[in-house]
This record gives sequence, structure tokens and C-alpha cells, in this order.
Amino acid sequence: MSRYTAVADSDRAEMLARIGVDSIGELFADVPEGVRLGRPIDLPSGRSEQAVYAHLRELAARNVSVEDEVTFLGAGMYDVYSPALIEMLMERSEFLTPYTPYQPEVSQGGLQVMFEFQTAISELTALPVSNASVYEAPSAVAAAGYLAKLANKGSRFVVSRGVHPHSRQTLATLAKGYGIEVVEVPLKDGVTDPDLWKSSIRGGDVAAVFLQQPNFLGAVEDIAALSETEAVVTCACDPQTLGILRPPGEAGVDIAVGEGQSLGNRLDFGGPSFGFFAATEEHLRRMPGRIAGETRDVDGQRGFVLTLQTREQHIRRERATSNICTSQALNALAGVVYLAWLGRRGIVELGELLARRTAFARELLGRIEGVEALSEQPVVREFALTLPVRGPVEVDQVVAACRQQGVHPGYALGRDYPEFPDGLLVAITEQRTRGEIERLAQVLESALADFGGGKTR
Amino acid sequence: MKTIFERGGEGRRAFSPPPTEVPEVPIADLIPAAMRRRSGARLPEVSEPELVRHYVNLSKRNFDLDSGFYPLGSCTMKHNPRLHERVAALPGNSKLHPLQDPGSALGALELMWNLQGALAEIAGLPHVSLQPSAGSHGELAGLLLTRAYHEDRGDRRMKVLTPDTAHGTNPATVTMAGYEVVKVETSADGGVDLDDLRAKADEDVACLMLTNPNTLGLFDSNIEEIASIVHRVGATLYYDGANLNAVMGVTRPGDMGFDIVHFNLHKTFTQPHGGGGPGSGPIACSDRIEPYLMTPHLVRTEEGFGLDYDRPKSIGRLRGFQGNYGTFVRAYAYICSLGGDGLQDASETAVLNANYLKARLAEYSDDLPIAFDRVCAHEFCISGAPMKQNLGISTLDLAKRLLDFGFHPPTVYFPLLVEEALLVEPTETETKETLDAFADAIGEILREAAKDPEVARQAPHSTPVRRLDEAGAARNPVIRQRFEEEAR
Repeated sequence: MSRYTAVADSDRAEMLARIGVDSIGELFADVPEGVRLGRPIDLPSGRSEQAVYAHLRELAARNVSVEDEVTFLGAGMYDVYSPALIEMLMERSEFLTPYTPYQPEVSQGGLQVMFEFQTAISELTALPVSNASVYEAPSAVAAAGYLAKLANKGSRFVVSRGVHPHSRQTLATLAKGYGIEVVEVPLKDGVTDPDLWKSSIRGGDVAAVFLQQPNFLGAVEDIAALSETEAVVTCACDPQTLGILRPPGEAGVDIAVGEGQSLGNRLDFGGPSFGFFAATEEHLRRMPGRIAGETRDVDGQRGFVLTLQTREQHIRRERATSNICTSQALNALAGVVYLAWLGRRGIVELGELLARRTAFARELLGRIEGVEALSEQPVVREFALTLPVRGPVEVDQVVAACRQQGVHPGYALGRDYPEFPDGLLVAITEQRTRGEIERLAQVLESALADFGGGKTR
Repeated sequence: MKTIFERGGEGRRAFSPPPTEVPEVPIADLIPAAMRRRSGARLPEVSEPELVRHYVNLSKRNFDLDSGFYPLGSCTMKHNPRLHERVAALPGNSKLHPLQDPGSALGALELMWNLQGALAEIAGLPHVSLQPSAGSHGELAGLLLTRAYHEDRGDRRMKVLTPDTAHGTNPATVTMAGYEVVKVETSADGGVDLDDLRAKADEDVACLMLTNPNTLGLFDSNIEEIASIVHRVGATLYYDGANLNAVMGVTRPGDMGFDIVHFNLHKTFTQPHGGGGPGSGPIACSDRIEPYLMTPHLVRTEEGFGLDYDRPKSIGRLRGFQGNYGTFVRAYAYICSLGGDGLQDASETAVLNANYLKARLAEYSDDLPIAFDRVCAHEFCISGAPMKQNLGISTLDLAKRLLDFGFHPPTVYFPLLVEEALLVEPTETETKETLDAFADAIGEILREAAKDPEVARQAPHSTPVRRLDEAGAARNPVIRQRFEEEAR
């Protein structure tokens, strides 16, 4: 008997008597002999809470966390500051332990949080409808593809190589299931090649096109210019930059998605976080996932319910617009609380802070001999450099050398972008101070010196 | 209650930005005008105390598992140990970047490896991928793997079989994976109708998706025959793991003949449900499916562990990064706490609790008969149809009245097969006293309805709001705050 169950021997005897059987074994009489395990589960015996804590702590201690080094790793998830109040709210039993709000009379807290979340995402993206979350950004991109598949008869998706590699891969995995071809358009000068893009998105066979803002290399794209097409335009956005960048809804985008980790969520080695999904009114009844709506109770009191459920799997089954059920409600709570904490001015101030520090960092690192910005496009939270080394193996060696000095300089681009074998992607967050950026410059310069380059010009 | 957008006032703030520290270059010099935001996002303007009070007060309008009994069928609302929150929050778990070099995350990868090993042992299938984000995501993985498996053999199949009792996610997933749903009927004893299955299982069938025990809470004793019918036509057999909590240590999906299974870490392995996630839906599979598993794939290396991206037959990536790692930490802690013997005890006690509660509710079988009344697994289904006829209150009324008694109602109107269905899953972490109190409350509601059905029809009476106009909400959707500026 574990500490999480309360059925002691005396209870068991009484309960079995009431059921009218002599042993627990009789309750499993329907399990045929041929499929029985017939032995104990081959796992170690149960342990005390204290012992489990010690074991988990020992495992965790073998990892290098972002507290142990100064990190400039980004590429989709960022070492951001999350205020203490978010942790407190996420750990409240009332938010942590309920199921999906199927009984609205006792779920007003969660439902109102969803409504507020939808409003905040709608405001950030300047698109009228938002759902209450999907799993994470790449899944959100893939969900936008499926929506487009339901919305029109196109047979191709056109994707900029500026879209996160994980998003492109996830989209391709899912599109294979329902038989849509995915075509990629390369980058030119660090942004989506405008001429190739325009020629690729022409024609009625394009179901949807996919962009990212800022793109994976950190460059700010001219989304409005790239959105001139009849196909469904999807743009993955970094929500921390939406206080200063033109919102997708004002740039001709039909579906805005993105990664919510930077909105108050932990890194957690990649999840759980949340994805957001906002769209034009036209797509409301094709949206995936939960949507909370405002209504009244029988006394005329304001309240909230899950609405437009005829889109969903539990009602519509094989005709549902998505199979999603459990999503990321608790992480979306962190997201809306974070946005309320930042506030109307804070979202702008934070964006400006990031843009200024990012520009400063790109300029500073570009002074190291042999190091060059991958492009001169505007950047706001991340930027790509080319290092004076020969290929991805040496980039990895430079990264390792910097880490020896306690600084993680960023993400080596070569694995995902063979066209940028010497590329390094450097992310700036509000936690990266000027002093840390200067230290990165020193450490990178000295690491490069071992490869014969790296003197400051 | 007011929304956060209706609180606060101009100029209030909870956030104090850190100093810029670098030159205050005009933003116009950094971002061209065409790419800059002009209209502001109308986010709230509140102070920290206002913010905290708003969300704490909102939280109090939720029912939650830490406060009371939550017998939602098919959801396995078992206790969520707080230890799991503590270990998930350790900086060595919560502050790891997903793209950091595997060599600097060996503890995390070892944890994932150990969890995979434990899940493989529990499932009786050798290969595991932790990547899927939830049960339905695992289902999608399962069908994409099925497709890759068949296509690799030059076999194009169009249909997937699902029983009419299946969770809604099963047929929805079939469509998303590009297959056509074919429904299989349920037999008189509540299992798969074998004749119907034989008639529908042909060479065009890619897979049968099955939950065992099924959503009626019944273990299908014909599982060996079912597996054999499905395998004879070359299809795969997929196990929806939503009900795995019924059979741990007794039988395993692999031993029953399943090729692919998903686990719901947020059900069987007690990841807190968070009001609708995060969840996690790892999958396990047999040798013949393994070549197609998602990338990256966790492997043992000389260094310890690594992530393998080079899998030529893989279906590819199903989501960003490695999956919901935070849920892996909690599930692993749970498995360590219980151990093999404890997991078996959990399933046995879940089944004991369900059968005990079923026996208690049998007292009211004139109004609430058990659907397919035989020994149940971890949950059971009752029908409110006679109650509606005899007393004039529906399953919905009963559910709403239970709220006044401090209980979360069971799952209602599912499975669709049973009229006025209530699906009751007490889980192993509830005491006998709680089960008795719940049964007593049902009895009291029925007695009360015999005297005055209006009490239940008008219920709930004691909740923050009363019955809500759901039809109106769907007819005229208001799904975001309307600002006064818009009205002008």
C-alpha cells in the first residue's frame, strides 16, 4: 500500500464483502490467462518521499542550468525573468489540480482566465479571435496548416526557411498524414527571398503560407509585403516583441501563432509551455482547441463557459476541426498573468529594451575580427553571426570553449542550416545585462583566437 | 466578477523595467516604420497587489482535486503529490535550455531514459518516445507511425476502425491522419462485437484503435481474438492508454497484442491537470514499429546519453524540442515513489474502489441502473434514463445537484452508447468514507427529487454562478473583452 492510497486491510475486507467477492483477484476475472503478466512489475520497490527527493535532486544536480552559466541560447525558448507571483498562482491548488472546465458553475476561475487570455492574445496579435492555447509553437504552426486544409482545397504549403526548423519539421510530419506537399523558400540577406517567395505563393494550389517574425535568424521580416496572397497566411510571432513590432493582424496575416514560453513560463528543458493561436473572424468555426465565451446564468449574473464546442472532438468526433483535448491551460494562465504584469506600457518598454540591447550586442560582437553579422536586417531580440571558423564542428568547439569560461554564446546554426555552416545565433533577454554582453564579446574573442582569428578591429 | 481588463487605471503598473544600460537609440533608427507597431495593445494597467488579488479571487471560483472528490470518468483524477512540484522546480530541471548540449544535461536525459524504461516495462513494449504532448497527440503519432509502417511495405490503406464507445479523440485523430473512420459495434456484453469486427476488418484497414478496459469500464475478455483478427489482415492494434490505471501489474498492452500504446502522464501518472493541461502522451511500440519513431530519439552513447536525429525511416518531429519534460520529472518521481509493487497496488485499489462504489450505487438501481452490470474495472457507467422517467430529473440535473453537495460530478453523457450516461471513476486515492459520502449524496438527491424535482432541476444553488446559458454563448460568441473605445 502506498502513501497515496487509504485502503488498509480492514477497509479492504469490508469493501470486498460489500462487493460480494472474496479477493481482489476476483475483480480481474475478465482478464484472460493468456494475457496476464503473471509476475510483479520489474521495477524497484517504492521509496519514501525523502528518498525520491534525494534521487531526483542528485539527477538534477548533474545538469548545467542557466543559473550555472550566462546563456545566450535562444532559438525558440529564452532565459526570461518570470515574476514570483506567477509561481505562487501556478501552485495554487485551485489552478493546479482541476480538470478541463466541463462543469462551468464550479470552474469560473479557469474559464475567466481563458477569456482574459484570449483577449490578451487578441490584443497582442491584433486579430479578433484567439483560442485558449495549443501545445507549443511548432504544434501551433502545424495546427494552422490543418485549419487551412479544412478551409480550402489547396494541395501545397509554402514555408519560409525563416520559420523555426522544428515548426517546419512538425508541419511536414503532420501534412504527410493528410497528403499536402510542403515547399520551402530560402532566405536571402537574412530574410525570406522576396522574389522566390512571390513566385512560390502564386497559384490556386497553395493552401497556406508560413512566415516567422522575427525569423529564426532574428531578422525582422516585412510581413505585410510577404502576405499578398489568396492562401491562408500564417505567421509565427515572438510575443515579447509584439509591443514594438507591427502586429500580424495589421500586416495581412490570417493566423498568428507563437511560443508562449517567454511569457512567464519556465524553460523546463523544452516544455511544458504553451502555443497561442489567433485568427481572423472568418476562421472562428475552424479553430482548434478550447475557447471560452461570456454568457449569463439563470439569475442574469455574468459567467463564462466553453463555447463553440461543436468544433471539438468530444462532440463532433471524426468531423472535428482538431483532435486536441488536453492542452496547456496552466501555462496559458502564466502567460496572461505575465502580460497583465507587464501591462500596456511594459510590453513596449520590454520590447524597446530588448531591441536596444540586441542592437548593441550585434554591433559589439561584430567588432571582433573575422566575426560578421549574417545580415544587416533589423533585429530585436536575437541575431545571427558568422564566425571565422571552418564549419559546424569548429563552431561547436568555439561554443565549448566559451562554456569553459562560463558563457554559453548561442546556438550553432549549421545543424539546421547547412547554408550557414559557420553561423551562430545569439539571443538577448532582459536578463542579459550590458556587463554580460561585454563578457560574451571577450570570451568569444579569446575562443576564436585559438582558431587564428578573433582580434578586435 | 470583473475581468483584469476592467480593473486598474491609467499609469498603474506591476512591472518595473530593468535599466537599459546601453545607448538609448531611438527605436525608429532600429526598426523601419513599416515594421513598427503603431496602435497599442490594450493590456491591463494594474499594480502588483491588484493583480495578485484578482487572480487569487478568481482561483477561489474553481473546484479542485485538492479540495474534493472528482470522479470524472476516463480522467483518472488521482491525488497530485506536492513532492512532484518540488522536484520539477529544481533549477537543474526547470532552468534547462532545451537546445543545450546533451553532455550538459545528462541528468535530465538519464531521467528520461529511466522513465522510458519504466513505461516500456509497464506497457510490455520495448520502445518508447516521450515526445507527444497529450493523449490525442500520442494517438496522432500512433496513426502516423501506422501509415509509415504500411507505406514502407508498399501498402496503402485507407481505413481505421474505432469502436462506437471510443473517446472522441480517436475518430478525430483518424481524420487528421488522413484516414477514414469505420465504426465497430459494441456487443450485448459491452465489448467489441466480434462478428462486426470480422466483417469490417479487411486488407484496407490500417489499424484498430481500442481502449481496454473500454469507456464502459469493462475489460474485453476477447482481446486475444480481437488482436488475432486485426493482425490477420495486417493491420496494427493501437492502445488508447486513457484507462491504463485499471491494469498495471495485471496485464500489459504488449501482452494483449497491441503494437502501439500511448500513456497519459496526466492521468495514470498523476501529472496535475492544471484546468486543461499541461499533459503528456508518450508512446511505446513493438519492434516492427520502432524504425519509424519520431526524431530526436533518446539513445545511449559512450558519454551517457544523446539525441539521435539520424533516423531515415522516422516519421519526423511531432512537436518542438524533446516533449513536456516537466511532466516527465513528475511522472518519474511518481513511479519511484510507488515502485512496481505500488503501481500494481494502485490499479488494484482503483478497481476495488470502483467496484465498491458501484456496489453502493446499486442500492439505487431502480433509478440509476448500471449499464452492462458485471464486475467493472477502474470505472463504471450508469444510466440516468429511468431516473428521468421516474423522478423527472435528468443526468444533467443530478450532476448539477451534486455540486451543491461539494462533489464534482462524474463524466456525463459519455459514452454516447448509454442513454443519460454517467461515467464514474473514483481512483485509488479516495477513502472508503469519501465513496460512501458520495453514494449517500446520490441517494439523498434521488429522495429529494421524489418529493420535489425542482430542487435538482434548478441546481446548483451554492456555486459562484448558477446554470449558464451555453446555447446563447455559442449563438452569439463573445470570446474576448469588448473595450469601451470599440463601442464608441
